[in-house]
Formats: sequence, structure tokens, C-alpha cells
Amino acid sequence: MALRQFGAAAAVTTALAFAASPAHAVTEIQWWHAMTGPNNDVVVKLANDFNATQSDYKIVPSYKGSYPDTLNAGIAAFRAGNAPGIMQVFEVGTATMMSAKGAIKPVSELMKDQGETFDPQSYLPAITGYYSTSKGEMLSFPFNSSSMVLWVNLDALKKADIAEPPKTWPEVFADAQKLHATSPTCGFSSSWVTWGFIEQFNAWHNQSIGTKANGLDGFDTTLDFNTPLETKLLENLVELQKDKSYDYSGRTNTGEGRFTSGECPLYMTSSAFYPNVKVNAKFTYTAVPMPYFPDVAGAPQNSIIGGASLWVMGGKSAEEYKGIARFFTFLSDTDRQVYLHEVSGYLPITKAAYEKTKESGFYDKNPILEVPLKELTNKPPTENSRGLRFGGMVQMRDVWSEEIEAALAGKKSAKDALDAAVSRGNQMLRQFERTAVK
Amino acid sequence: MENRAIFSGKLLALILVLPQLAVSLIFFYWPAAQALWQSFLVQDAFGLSTEFVWFENYVALFQTPEYYHSIGVTFVFSILVVAFSLAIGLLLAVMANRNIKGVQIYRTFLIIPYAVAPAVASVLFIFMFQPGLGMIARALQRAGIDWNPVLNGNHAMMLVVIAAVWNQISYNFLFFLAGLQAIPKSVIEAAAIDGARPWRRFWTIVFPLLSPTTFFLIVVNITYAFFNTLGIIDTATEGGPNAATQTLVYKVFQDGKAGADLGSSAAQSVILMIIVILLTAVQFRYVEKKVHY
Amino acid sequence: MVEHRRFGNLLPHLVLLIGVAIVAFPVYLAVIGSTHDDVIISNGQMPLYPGSHGLETYWKTIISGTGKTTREPVGSMLISSLIMAVGIAVGKIAISIISAYAVVFFSFPFRMTTFWIIFVTLMLPVEVRIFPTYKIASDLHLLDSYSGLILPLIASATATLLFRQFFMTIPKELVEASKIDGAGPIRFFFDTLLPLSVTNIAALFVILFIYGWNQYLWPLLITTRDDMQTIVIGIKKIIDVKDALTEWSVAMATAVLAMLPPVAVVVLMQRLFVKGLIETEK
Repeated sequence: MALRQFGAAAAVTTALAFAASPAHAVTEIQWWHAMTGPNNDVVVKLANDFNATQSDYKIVPSYKGSYPDTLNAGIAAFRAGNAPGIMQVFEVGTATMMSAKGAIKPVSELMKDQGETFDPQSYLPAITGYYSTSKGEMLSFPFNSSSMVLWVNLDALKKADIAEPPKTWPEVFADAQKLHATSPTCGFSSSWVTWGFIEQFNAWHNQSIGTKANGLDGFDTTLDFNTPLETKLLENLVELQKDKSYDYSGRTNTGEGRFTSGECPLYMTSSAFYPNVKVNAKFTYTAVPMPYFPDVAGAPQNSIIGGASLWVMGGKSAEEYKGIARFFTFLSDTDRQVYLHEVSGYLPITKAAYEKTKESGFYDKNPILEVPLKELTNKPPTENSRGLRFGGMVQMRDVWSEEIEAALAGKKSAKDALDAAVSRGNQMLRQFERTAVK
Repeated sequence: MENRAIFSGKLLALILVLPQLAVSLIFFYWPAAQALWQSFLVQDAFGLSTEFVWFENYVALFQTPEYYHSIGVTFVFSILVVAFSLAIGLLLAVMANRNIKGVQIYRTFLIIPYAVAPAVASVLFIFMFQPGLGMIARALQRAGIDWNPVLNGNHAMMLVVIAAVWNQISYNFLFFLAGLQAIPKSVIEAAAIDGARPWRRFWTIVFPLLSPTTFFLIVVNITYAFFNTLGIIDTATEGGPNAATQTLVYKVFQDGKAGADLGSSAAQSVILMIIVILLTAVQFRYVEKKVHY
Repeated sequence: MVEHRRFGNLLPHLVLLIGVAIVAFPVYLAVIGSTHDDVIISNGQMPLYPGSHGLETYWKTIISGTGKTTREPVGSMLISSLIMAVGIAVGKIAISIISAYAVVFFSFPFRMTTFWIIFVTLMLPVEVRIFPTYKIASDLHLLDSYSGLILPLIASATATLLFRQFFMTIPKELVEASKIDGAGPIRFFFDTLLPLSVTNIAALFVILFIYGWNQYLWPLLITTRDDMQTIVIGIKKIIDVKDALTEWSVAMATAVLAMLPPVAVVVLMQRLFVKGLIETEK
């Protein structure tokens, strides 16, 4: 008798030990993100600060792996019926997120429903435009944004008798060749090959990447970046690759150490590289805006952001939405944006925050931090430079990278490579269009 | 399969296989069936819009030249990985099967690398082979070899083969060693008394007695090369440059990333599964005949 | 070796030394990396000899460092990993050895089919069926639990195959002798088969423990609570840093610490190896 009771108690205890933790009285909001290192600290601090200001809602951040891992986790959870309230998704996942009506709740809609003051005009257009509909309704909340800049090793330039950092592409090509004498394995290199040479390149020159405002206006967009201008860029790079005046460092950013080690004096990559440069570069350096072709009318236009935004998932309770809306208001607060920007290097998302930082003289002491902002606000965005939105962007970038690699390795001509990139990409776009929820 | 004794308890047998069958059914077959179903659909990432398309995903695959390229890459990669990791594992196991001084230490150091987390191992390989940054890469540069796995497809293939073989050597070593240790010393002594030299002893006695282990390892290694090398390829080359290291399983992973084309990804994995099942069935049918139980 | 050769021992030593040098080199790099400055490592200038920062790095890692960036002390992550790894290893061995036993020593309808059903589970990588598998785990309320971490990973065709191979080599006479002694299948299993299998079980335990220890994708998906995170997730968090400074030395130190339990398992297992050898001497 006692044994059976004991057995039952043991069974129940074991079951409880294996069950999920009980629900809290406070409304918990899960925030899934991909931030690591010091940025993880920022996320945690934001959550703690918000939780401390009120007692109705509790934001619970969880690291769910890299950006692709986090997105996969979110998709898996949604399909299983337990998506988080907030999910951080990288910029290339935007099309996937917004094409799924019902899977997400647009931020502008959320804020309106909850009656939170929300003025789209107060946000920097170059940053929010990427995450908004063509009518200007914000779909997701920009969180950590960056732009692409050209990092310059000033000591190396001096040694090669180059007076100042290059501003145009012809200057970059000439400098790379000059630097090749003192840096034989690499004069100029880059990371994020498609972001830099296709996406940013076209926006910076006010050229389109695809029709329908690069896909922002509709899923029936077609790629069209295989232009003579793009071909000119790629042909020059292919030529320089032959003697490593330009040396390809891979699709992502694993080669960035080549700049801080001094091997590659000119390096084009994200502005978010700054914390690493600050610590690891043992030479005088600076960052300048991306180069451009001066003979193209309208260049330089403005740059596109990289990074990630916060998406609100669909199907959550009204209570959760109230909490999330309050959290976004909390995040938009000017002083908080200024703090975030100065501490983490994330670009501020409101005009007020940018202005305040400027006034405080912060950029006089840290000029490099203003370079990406200057790029983004260089001119008001046009149809070609508000951003881009192509379905299956992760795979699209793989395809584009493959073709560029073929050209750089001398397997295809630059023109053929670009044509193939466009046609293969278009196939993927048509497939995506089929699945977009109307 | 005929020369072992048989017990007759059918109920007991059922109870014995039940746990594994249950777990397999719930956590493998049920999800696998859904993945199979997925291969007949065109769906968005979140499963909100679904279109039933029969075999369209399969047909589309056989119409893309990239798919055939992947098949070629996979076979080259797998043959290299299986051959090298088995051979090296066996060599090391034979050498470590002796009572020489410090053999325990050798064995420990040969097994430990298996404990390195794949995420860490990948990073370490980048430390070694990244052009411009890696120590081995720079040594090669100094020797006049233009090591460039970022642009040179053959170099990239070499890199992933080396990484995959490295990962698997410890595994093969461990099981070969266990297999060698199970061979009774008396058998080897008897052969020595008969006058057989070590080299002959190995091929006529040890190797055949080792064949059950070898068979096991061949099957497992092939499966490893076809499926478990995903992480290595992802970190080392991401399937590049220009798809030079895009094996079939990597293509499955790439196309399914971020839920982009789950239908095609599922179709590819079904085809991949069929290929490996056929390969394994062939081994069980023909190679197992040579195995000495 | 049977012959007593004075110089014959040179060959094994040589081969084994080269083998260890190649195979253990990356591990050596990790240890070296944990003793150097982050800058040197990032710039690809790490030398092959140890640096002088080891003590401060390990102090940072164990006491403060990773606790800050992963929000979970190293100790708790190690425990999560330990429970998962032991659970998986023990679970896999247990259910595979009895399945293999049944498939080899019993005659029942669909015997070979059962074997193939178990075996085919090797053929579809988890990445492909991740969404449906997650949904099932979620429906069964296994999220954020050790059962959820362990159960889905327990079906092991590899272990079943290994045991099958081994059982096939058991001479018929042994079973006959056991039957004559009046032993039924259960007695035979525990008194005869199990002791003979010790070497294989030891080898499998090492492999499966490490397999469980190094799981990344599945634990990442199925756990959300910080105290359930495994050490491998913690390592990835330090390595995979975007937009900020990567603390390579701390990452390497954590990786080295994370290798210690598997190393302990390997060392302990070696004792069983020798024991198994002695017992098979018939």
C-alpha cells in the first residue's frame, strides 16, 4: 500500500521534474535573439531596465543561435503553435517574414491598436524604409543596423606614397595596385561580397537591383542588376584579382582579420567591424564612405542598412501585444537610443537621437562612428535605394556569391556571371512568389 | 546469418525491440513522413500557404545542372573521406594495439580529438587554413604554393576532406582498436608458432577476424560522409567556391535554410535517403558475404 | 606483439607519434589559444608555443568572463551538458543492445524488417526533419526539459549495428552450453553476453557520451530557459560574435574546459578496455 503511494508520488515528482516550468502571474514575453558577446549584455540590460520600470510585463530574452538558427527556431516554433512574442531577424529575412500574413503582426498596426504614440516621421527614413511597406507603414522595428564602409590603413598608404584615402572606385583600383608593391598578397579586400558589390553598390549609385523598387512594392519583382556598370565593377575586380591587388576573402566576414593584421591595407566591410579594429589594429587607421564611380549621375546616393530588426509574431494574446508595444516605445526613447548608439555602436533609429548625439560632440571625438550615418542620410532615398526585399534572400546571396566566385576565379566572364546570377535569382523569385500568402 | 543459435521467445523478442521501435517511430518516422509529404508541396516558410504539386519538386531537381554537379561532388568527397579515414584509423589502431611503453597515452591523445565540439573544431581549422590568417596557409604561401580555398575549388575540396577525415579518424581508431583487442591472443600465438610473419599474420588472420568491425565502420563512415559532414562544410566553405564543395546534403540544408524552399529541400533529402539506402543494401548483400563471423 | 624485437618497437612509436601530432594538433592549438592575447589571435599571429595570458584567461572564464556574456555560469552549463550526455549514452546503449540481442538471437516474424526499420533512421539527417520533430516534442510537452533533450536523440542505429556485428561473432557453442546449463535467454544475456560485450560497450559509451555532449542544434531549438543551456551553446555564443569584439582566448579556454569531462570519460574507459581484453582470453 505504502509502496504504491510512494510509487505514485515518485511518478508524479518525476513527471513534474520533466514538465515545463509553471506560468507566471506577470505576462511573460519571449524575445528570441541572436546577439552574442557584449551585444548580448546590451539585450539583457534593455530587458532588465524595461522590466524594472513596470510590473505587468516581463521581457525574457533568449539566445537562439546565429541569425539563421534563430529564424529557423522561430519558424519551427510558429509551426508548432508556440512562437515567441518578439523575434530578431536579419535584414535578408525580411521578405520571408512579411510575406507570411498572419505569421507576423506589423509594428505600425500593433502600435496603432495599442494606442501608443508612434510617429513614423521621427525615425530615420534610410533605416526604417528597409523594414516598411511602400506606403511607409513600419513592419518591423529596426534594432541593430550598420552600413558598409571602407577601412583604411593610413600607415600603409603613407608607405606606398598615397596622399589620402581613395574616394572613387578608379582611385581604389589605382591605390590597390600601388599598395600591391608593399602588400603583395593583398592590396584591397572585402567581406560580405554580395552586400558590398551588388546591394550597396547599386543603391550607392542610384541604380536598381530589381524592378518594383527592388521588390519593396511587390513580389512580382525581377532582378535587373546585370548592367554595364555592374559589369565594369566586376571586370575591374577580376583583373585585380589576378595579381592579388584585390584578393577575395570569402563570402562572409571570416577574413576581416587580414585588415587588422596589416595584410590588407584597404578593406571594405561593415561599420560594425569597429570594436574589433579599435582593439586589434596596431596602426593608424580610419574609415571612409564607400567608393563610387564619379561618372555616374547621382552617385553617391545613400547606402542600405545591414543588421537586424525585431518582428512581432502573430497569434499572441492581447496582453502580450500591449507589453510589446510598451517595450517598443521604451526602445524609441531618445536618451535610450543615444545610450545604445554610443555604447554598442548600433546606429540610432530616430532623428532626435542622431541630432542629440551630434550636438553632444560625440562624433568629434569618434568621427568613425558617424561615417555610416552620413552614408545613410546622404540623400533622401529613391526607389532604388530605400532597401531591397527579395524572397529566399539567404539562398539568393549564395547563388550570387557562387557566380561572382566563378568570375573571380576566371571560370566565367564577368558579364556571363552576372547574367547567370540574375537568371538563377529570377527563378527563385518566381518560386517564392507562388508561396507568398496573398 | 545461419550459424548462431536461436531462442524461441517471440514475446520476449517483441519486448526487447519495442523501446527502440517506439522511439524510432515517434521521433523519426512520423517526422520523416511529414518531411516526405512536404516534398509534394510548395509552401511558404511558416506553413500558411500550401499548394500540392505532385512530383514537380522532383522533376525540377533533375532539370537543374547544379543538382548533377552536387551528385558528382558528393561521390568524390565521400570516396576520399571514407578511404582515408578508414585507412589511417586502421593503421593507428594496429600500431596502438601493442604493449609498447606509453601506449595508454597514445590512445588517449588519439581519441580526444573526437571530443572537440564541432563548432570549435571548425574555428580551429579556420585558424589553420584561412588564406592570409591561418598558420598552415601562410606556411604554404612561403613554400610557394598559392593556397586559396576561397577561390580555388580543388583547394576547398581538399580542405573539407581533411577536416572530415580528421574528425572521423578518432572514431575509426577507437572501434578498430576495440575489434583488435577482442581477437584472442591465443589465435595469433598459434599462427606465430606456425611460422607466419607479422605482415602475413595480419592479412590472413587478423584482418578477416576484424571484418565484422570493418563492415560496421564502412557502413557508418559512408553514412557519416553523406550526412554528418554538414557542419564542417558549412563553416569551412559554405559549399563554395562556386559550389565546388556543395554535396547533396549541403544542398538540402542550403535550400531549406530559413524555410525558403522546403519542398525542394524535402525532395532532395528523399532522393538522398534512397541513394544511401541502396548503397547500404548493396553492402549488406555483397560485401557482407566476405565478412567472417 | 608476439616476437620480441628490439628495434621493432621503433615503427609503432614513430607512426603513433606522427599520428598524435596530426590528430591532436587542433586540440593543441585550442590550448595554446587560451594562453594568448585576443589581438594576436584575431590577427592570425598566434605562435605555436604557449603565451603568458593563460592564468588570467582561465580566471576570467571560470570566475567572471563567460558568466557575463552568456549569463549562465560555466558550472551550470557543464551540469546540463553532463545530464544530457550521460542520459543519451546510457539510453542509446540500453535500447540498442536489447534490440540487437533480439534481432540476432531470436526468431520472430519481420525480424529483418525490424532491423531495417531501426537502421534506416540513420538516413535522414535531423536538419531535414527539424520542424516536424520539434512540433512533436512540443505537442508532447517536452520543451525545456531533459526528456526533450534526451529522448528524441536516443534511437541509435549505429549502436544497434555495432552490437549486431559483435553478437554475430558469438560462437553457437556458447549459447548451446548455456542452454544445457538450463539458462534461459535472460540469464544468457546477463551472465554470458553482457560480460563479453564490455569492450564494445566501453567504446560506445565514449562515442555516445561525446555525441551527446557536443549536441548543438537540437538543444538550441528545444530549450529556452537559460539554465538548460549546454556548454556547447555557451561556446558558440562566445565565438559567434557579430558587430563586436570576439574574445578568442576566452572562447578557447571555455572549449578546453568543455573537453575535460569527455577526456575524463576516455581515460576511465581505457581501464575497461584492458579488463575486457583479459576476459575474452579463453
